[in-house]
Amino acid sequence: MIMPATVSVQDLIKTYDKGKVLAVDKVSFEVKAGELFGLIGADGAGKSTIFRILTTVLLADSGSATLAGYDVVRDYREIRNRVGYMPGKFSLYQDLTVQENLEFFATVFGTTIEANMDLIKDIYDQIKPFSNRRAGKLSGGMKQKLALCCALIHKPEVLLLDEPTTGVDVVSRKEFWEMLKKLKAQGITIIVSTPYMDEAKLCERIALIQNGRIMSVDTPGNIIRAYPEKLFAAKSDDIYKLLKDFRNHPEVDRAFAFGEFIHISLKNAERTTLNAERSTLNAERSTLNAERTTVSSQLDILNRIAAENNHTGIQIKEIEPGIEDSFILLMGRNDITANP
Amino acid sequence: MEEKVIVCKDLTKQFGDFCAVDKISFDVSKGEIFGFLGANGAGKTTAMRILCGLSYPSSGEATVAGFSVKNQQESIKKNIGYMSQKFSLYENLSIRENIEFFGGVYGVSRKDIRERSDNLIQDLGLQKEANKLVGGLPLGWKQKLAFSVAIFHRPKIVFLDEPTGGVDPVTRRQFWDMIYDASASGITIFVTTHYMDEAEYCNRISVMVDGKMEALDSPANLKKQYATDSMDEAFYKLARGARRSGD
Amino acid sequence: MKELWVFIRKEFKQVFRDPRTLLIMFGLPVAQIVLFGFALTSEVKNIDILIADNAKDIMSMQITDKIRANSYFIVQEKNIGGADIDRKFKEGSVQAVLIFPTGFSNDLMHEGKAGVQIITDGTDPNTAKTIENYLTNIISNYQREKFPSASLRYQILTEPRMLYNEEDNGSMNFIPGVMALILMLVCTALTSVSIVKEKELGTMEILLVSPFKPVMVLVAKAVPYFILSVINFTFILLLSVFLLHINIKGSVLLLYLESALFILTCLSLGLLISNATNAQQTALLISMMGMMLPTIILTGFIFPLENMPWILRTISNLVPSKWYFLIIKSVMLKGLGFQYVWKETLILVIMTTVLLTIALKKFKIRLQ
Repeated sequence: MIMPATVSVQDLIKTYDKGKVLAVDKVSFEVKAGELFGLIGADGAGKSTIFRILTTVLLADSGSATLAGYDVVRDYREIRNRVGYMPGKFSLYQDLTVQENLEFFATVFGTTIEANMDLIKDIYDQIKPFSNRRAGKLSGGMKQKLALCCALIHKPEVLLLDEPTTGVDVVSRKEFWEMLKKLKAQGITIIVSTPYMDEAKLCERIALIQNGRIMSVDTPGNIIRAYPEKLFAAKSDDIYKLLKDFRNHPEVDRAFAFGEFIHISLKNAERTTLNAERSTLNAERSTLNAERTTVSSQLDILNRIAAENNHTGIQIKEIEPGIEDSFILLMGRNDITANP
Repeated sequence: MEEKVIVCKDLTKQFGDFCAVDKISFDVSKGEIFGFLGANGAGKTTAMRILCGLSYPSSGEATVAGFSVKNQQESIKKNIGYMSQKFSLYENLSIRENIEFFGGVYGVSRKDIRERSDNLIQDLGLQKEANKLVGGLPLGWKQKLAFSVAIFHRPKIVFLDEPTGGVDPVTRRQFWDMIYDASASGITIFVTTHYMDEAEYCNRISVMVDGKMEALDSPANLKKQYATDSMDEAFYKLARGARRSGD
Repeated sequence: MKELWVFIRKEFKQVFRDPRTLLIMFGLPVAQIVLFGFALTSEVKNIDILIADNAKDIMSMQITDKIRANSYFIVQEKNIGGADIDRKFKEGSVQAVLIFPTGFSNDLMHEGKAGVQIITDGTDPNTAKTIENYLTNIISNYQREKFPSASLRYQILTEPRMLYNEEDNGSMNFIPGVMALILMLVCTALTSVSIVKEKELGTMEILLVSPFKPVMVLVAKAVPYFILSVINFTFILLLSVFLLHINIKGSVLLLYLESALFILTCLSLGLLISNATNAQQTALLISMMGMMLPTIILTGFIFPLENMPWILRTISNLVPSKWYFLIIKSVMLKGLGFQYVWKETLILVIMTTVLLTIALKKFKIRLQ
């Protein structure tokens, strides 16, 4: 029976150093067959550990996981036959040429380069000119493509890519995601991890992870839609001062620098209809802010604050939140501050 | 006229017939936050090494904090701070021990070390962790601590090599708060980064492509020049034409 | 099976493309053999000797000629007195002085005895003694030639012979020991480092997540290094025979088989060490530094084991190279057959089996 290539993770816990370091904290998520799933989080969030548990090279302390219906502990041999893995640092044989690396991995997986050429052709064509160059002498982008080929060579059902775009130049990164989209079209389930928030929206569904905990699992669109407040972008001639002024103001809930602009949200500024918990909070605040404020009045408040602090060149507008905004919000919500 | 802490004229570095850095010229004013961008393989690291006094230029000249990169490298090293993503602090020394070590290496007096390290630890909120090993800290805290240590001896310039790589979004911004504070206190910041939003935090940025400096301006002007709203786009347009793409 | 072959091929390619590995594998043994065999001998050569012939008669000149003819000596002739002799020794321009008194031949023929004085540099007593012995030998030989019939009755003539080493080849002592040392260090180090390198690079991770049986990794690593070590051994053997003039008295086939066994022992040790660490540097440290001292001291080729306290002698039984050293000496130098070395061989076989079993059991099919 052919199992659909789904991945299921339930309450995974993993500690290191005799329990002193909690790397993975009750993580659960599901990946549908043929999905392009992203694990989004910073270094140390637990992404690599989860990957290692899924590829069966690491045992979790508790919890369970299955890949294509096989249990990662009991059926590890089956999984090792069906999964394509690209660990961080593009583990390639530095002293072997591109061609030799491919042939080696093909044979190890009991296949040949030609057998699955249709799958890897697009990527293979890009590295073919370098067939006789040693892997150690390739650029970061080329190594990335070679590593991807080696992971695909046996037509895996599930592809696990651990930070494949880290340390690679901006152009190659874009190309890589194009390749992933094409692969997805061939029916492979792909799980990618990345610390780059802008890559999150290239996935079908994502899991936001920080400090070993999953903060949210959903499509990027849904996560953004779930953003509870109105978000504004502001700038002035003195950005840093503006940031500080907003932060120090009692009516401002959060203000974060986002490049040219500052993203701000005010307190008592939900977009959606009444939230029972928040209404009690509202009651505690000063009467002036007891009502839900509308967009234009929020804009007024912000402009007022900026003007009060003698800013020039003020520009404030409402914006759609992005994944990074959601990530920051969720970090605060889950009380996953950066403090040790 | 603002004091120039880095002055660079036709700086070149050749490795055989490979020209890693090809006649770059620019200068950086005191207190400026200068973003030094470029794709991997564009020559950024090589150029930074020369400016830090770690490598000799093949031709051209540059002065850092008033000292020449050709024959006053030791003086340069005494007057700059450095921090990179790969190495910052000793994992098996405590926070305090790290501060004392680096402070001592840069010739800060013992009295000053004690005073300043107390302040530093307090500012970062690490009072409880002061005697714990750095290796046990989360990455974000290590980076922030490393930055504080890099400017501990009040250098004129601090060189930051991709300091926020892999760090979570909140810590990243806290890091840049620290950079802003340092800049406000007169320290010049020379930073490389792959995050384009961080490029926006800089006063001016330069972009290296294939060893040459293809752009040198404020982020706003560059965006206007490439007719785009996003620094990402502008950078992509610049870097796309590069022939060299790798380490 | 095909996968195994491909893996082995890859290992060979990696070895030959890595200059460091090649240096350790082939450069190190050559350096050691040349050093130990050639340069470091306990023989004394190139002895600067000053002969002060005050007699200048037939016999003194004949003896002088004999000394001159001996390749160990570089002869100067001069008539000098006491103060000058002292100065020459202090300068270091001579290591020995031989003085014939006037009327040497006369005294010998008519009074039945004559004396010669041999002066040597006592600050290096070992060398001095050796030089003394050489000279005494030469003179005794001359005496026997000249006066074949013994002038004393019941004279006991000692005839020293060095069995298995008639030529008094000083290298004999070291070569088998150096062979054992080299094979032990090189095989162990290279095998363990090679496996740990895969762990460090991350390629081990990918191999684990593949149909490739993890145990095959060990086999695939062992085979190339086994073959290369045997070739290395041939190399060392050729050097010993042609450069250092050692004769292989016993069966070459037996020599190879025993060496192959010993190489296997070392490989197993390397595999075991590779399980203990994830860093190449550590593996190298344990294999080379950690193994070096016990091997040198406890094999018995520099310091005789019989002189050591019983506890060290007992521990030396655990050192594989000690047994190999015994086997090599027996086969190569004494020309003995298998019936004389079967005990030591059995011990090596047991050691290899134990090491291999532990290494395989401990090999992790997962990380951490």
